[in-house]
Amino acid sequence: MNATEFREIAHNGLWKQNPGLVQLLGLCPLLAISNSLVNAVSLGLATTLVMTLSSASIAPVRSYVPNEIRIPVFVLIIAVLVTVVQYLMNAYMYGLYVVLGIFIPLIVTNCIVLARAESFASKNPPLASALDGFMMGLGLTAVLAVLGGVRELIGKGTLLSGIDLALGEGAKDWVIHVIPDYHGFLLAILPPGAFIGLGLLIAGKNWLNLRAEAKVRNKPATTTMVGEAAQG
Amino acid sequence: MKRIVRSTLQTAANLVFFAIIGTAILAATHELTHEVIERTIEAEKLKLISQILPASDYDNDIMQDERCIEADTLLGTTSQTVAHVARRNGEAVAVVLEAIAPDGYSGKITLIMAIRANGELAGVRVVSHKETPGLGDYIDIAKNPWINVFVGKSRSVWGDAEWRVKKDGGQFEHMAGATITPRAVVKAVNRALLYFAQHREPLFAQNTAATDTGGHP
Repeated sequence: MNATEFREIAHNGLWKQNPGLVQLLGLCPLLAISNSLVNAVSLGLATTLVMTLSSASIAPVRSYVPNEIRIPVFVLIIAVLVTVVQYLMNAYMYGLYVVLGIFIPLIVTNCIVLARAESFASKNPPLASALDGFMMGLGLTAVLAVLGGVRELIGKGTLLSGIDLALGEGAKDWVIHVIPDYHGFLLAILPPGAFIGLGLLIAGKNWLNLRAEAKVRNKPATTTMVGEAAQG
Repeated sequence: MKRIVRSTLQTAANLVFFAIIGTAILAATHELTHEVIERTIEAEKLKLISQILPASDYDNDIMQDERCIEADTLLGTTSQTVAHVARRNGEAVAVVLEAIAPDGYSGKITLIMAIRANGELAGVRVVSHKETPGLGDYIDIAKNPWINVFVGKSRSVWGDAEWRVKKDGGQFEHMAGATITPRAVVKAVNRALLYFAQHREPLFAQNTAATDTGGHP
């Protein structure tokens, strides 16, 4: 794998083919768990770990798996890895395990994991596949982090609440009360807030894309393109 | 025909091979982590119990003095739960029970409570709930100390008519705008006290069947 490939895979995962903003795969956990920054990043990192490991383990065995049963085998591998992660979280990060609850085992059904296994890891060498899984996971985590942070900030006026669940009691003081005496804005915490937030994020990304495209073309086009994008 | 059978068998063998490897990995992980997991769960439960029953009130190993309780409509449980008995100098002083309020605003509210031998509540905590954040979630001690209204309450002074939220003519304070949640909790606690009154003897009996108290669910 050379530097160009590396950059292309990273760019695909983090921006161009971002799972949360472009592929729009795995929205169930994205919407359900992004009500606080800590929850969102935790689930994002767990998913990243699973995606890296699953891509890394599917790529080396890809030539031994008959085409007809590749999906069951991929799902099996992913399920095994998710269960291992679940065991480990249950043992060593119990507080977080309780908070994330059903969404840890549900990583198995997160279609972005299988999608990368099927579309990338089954056709590429292990190292590139692992990188692809990792970058896709990071891309998802980044979207989760922004969404979780914004929802927590607007909904509760804090950031990093619940950090002690992830890093132990000592981290309790890390919680930032951005807006003191804030009474909360329920809509942001509830599921509609997730849909609205994600919609705005996608719109924002599309706007940036269009602006970048327009820059390549001539100047008068820029203003009209930006106007259209803002409506869309 | 022979070729089809052959290739099918080969494919099946391939799948079985992966399944065996997967099972082996899971078994190994389970073996490595199950002791830690059991210890963590026990420590968490003990931490929870220490919130509702001061450790100075008893001198036995409360996690070991456990008994299985069959599902009961008074407790709202649909499967077996585990109760812990606190003893001092061998005499039962309190029992820690799990109960479920099935009629929360959005689903079940799981409670844990310590009831003293005289039928008084030592404390109640919400273990899990799905109530609306910022509205019904004040039953959670992390959000609001409301749940402490139960401390010292029993059925000896108040009957069913008093064991209600104020809006329903009872004695329990609640916040305006969110009545369904505390109503469900008050009802569940009242019922659990009733269960305790009916099952006091078997609950406090010395644990003779200590050999097999069953695994954690």
